[in-house]
Amino acid sequence: MEWETVIGLEIHAQLATKSKIFSGASTAYGAEPNTQACAVDLGLPGVLPVLNKEAVAMAVKFGVAIDAEIGKRSVFARKNYFYPDLPKGYQISQFELPIVGLGHLDIELEDGSTKTVGVTRAHLEEDAGKSLHGEFQGMTGIDLNRAGTPLLEIVSEPDMRSAKEAVAYMRKIHSIVTYLGICDGNMQEGSFRCDANVSIRPKGQEEYGTRAELKNINSFRFVEKAINIEVERQIDVLESGGKVVQETRLYDADKDETRSMRSKEEANDYRYFPDPDLLPVEIEDGFIEAARAALPELPDQKKQRYIADFGLPSYDAGVLTADRETALFFEQVVEKSGADAKLCANWVQGELSAALNKDGLEIAQSPVNAEMMSGMMQRMADNTISGKIAKQVFQAMWAGEGDADAVIEAKGLKQITDSGAIETIIDDILANNAAQVEQYRGGNEKVFGFFVGQVMKASQGKANPQQVNELLKSKLQA
Amino acid sequence: MSLDKADVVKIAHLARIAIDEEMIPEYTNNLSGILELVEQMNAVDTDAVAPMAHPLDMVQRLREDQVSEENQRDKFQEISPKVENGLFLVPQVIE
Repeated sequence: MEWETVIGLEIHAQLATKSKIFSGASTAYGAEPNTQACAVDLGLPGVLPVLNKEAVAMAVKFGVAIDAEIGKRSVFARKNYFYPDLPKGYQISQFELPIVGLGHLDIELEDGSTKTVGVTRAHLEEDAGKSLHGEFQGMTGIDLNRAGTPLLEIVSEPDMRSAKEAVAYMRKIHSIVTYLGICDGNMQEGSFRCDANVSIRPKGQEEYGTRAELKNINSFRFVEKAINIEVERQIDVLESGGKVVQETRLYDADKDETRSMRSKEEANDYRYFPDPDLLPVEIEDGFIEAARAALPELPDQKKQRYIADFGLPSYDAGVLTADRETALFFEQVVEKSGADAKLCANWVQGELSAALNKDGLEIAQSPVNAEMMSGMMQRMADNTISGKIAKQVFQAMWAGEGDADAVIEAKGLKQITDSGAIETIIDDILANNAAQVEQYRGGNEKVFGFFVGQVMKASQGKANPQQVNELLKSKLQA
Repeated sequence: MSLDKADVVKIAHLARIAIDEEMIPEYTNNLSGILELVEQMNAVDTDAVAPMAHPLDMVQRLREDQVSEENQRDKFQEISPKVENGLFLVPQVIE
């Protein structure tokens, strides 16, 4: 039977506020355990939550960025469950009246077409603390620094039909929240995480199959792997006559499998009710319009601009604009160097991106900054160095040997553009390779490449390639 | 709607409340009585009434995004049964 995969994602984006959603404790990452957990975060008796204005503003920004309805009146609710890293015994979340309603965004598929994915809703809630297992004999350690950190939970419609579409959607949300500056997007630190609801159904059937919820996926690569593995599992279950059970499953990246998290506390009966500690939030039209007016250029708009203004192919424009920092780097290089945009794009996507990957660095940590890169592009543009030598220059800059001019000077990489000097080299090569000269003159034009190679080698790659070509041709034809 | 014994046991578990076996019939009765009252209220036509999220007819006040709390870990952890390396220790939750 042919199966169709149906995927919906729930993405938790930590909002980049300075203080927590309901208290004045700091949200800075990496502090000593429990030093940023105040009485409100600990759920001590008598405390009252007071909502952070910035968290509301950030949620509204996201809403207008995905063209969603903004809940002008939204209500906080208690989601009740017991776990040691949730001191109050409930999480303050939103249920019936979320701050962001139905919206949508476009994702680009592998064949270059676009698909619109619906966002059902996005609501504000507080994060829980962290449990540390295995470090203490028979005990679990609890760090409540993260408790009360504002989250925006972004719930998609079940619109994705493959793991690749799910990843494209997740990347798009990641781009949007980082462009908006409402989330740092750091997946290692858990600022951006994802649960995937996955089901399958016979192709053509309208009803959805029973879904499993995959928890704890903290990278784009794992989302794709976890979904594919889960789909295979569900197909196996159904094709061997079994039934898919609605449950929460954990993706284990080491074993590349999903496994059931079912425990006695299976009954997910959260008993939501409006939180009496918090009044309804009202958002005025002016607030929404101000957020709309202040929207920065978003990834889709930037991409269109790169295509229109820089003449970049759609693919390149998409890669460069997916990440805000990369886009800014690229724009700085183009602006400062005045070099051809396509050439700049090739260097950012090629040499730079490969070096970053190799060393596991983010673009913001790159040892070669936009200024250094522009300096090198300028030396290529004014023919001081060739593209080939530029790779050497780049590697030296990467290794911390200074900017392009310093490297070119120190290593003597300046291109030879003095025709007299190039001619001397050519004369030498031709004199030493009489047999090949004869072949060429006898009509074997393929040996031309051999001569070019010899000249470049003799000049240690520094001879200007165009001049070498021209001079060689005229000398061989003489 | 009336509850049976299993419902009461489940509710007690969800609320983490220990109850005596012999008290269950009484709880069942009382809780069912509450639900009957709710059913009476459900019977009222409220189509034209906006749902009330809070008894106070007011709007939530918002706070500026400023860090105003200092580290008071030592003070908070004085009342904690077990603490190590700054962490609260609780009975292990995952085997």
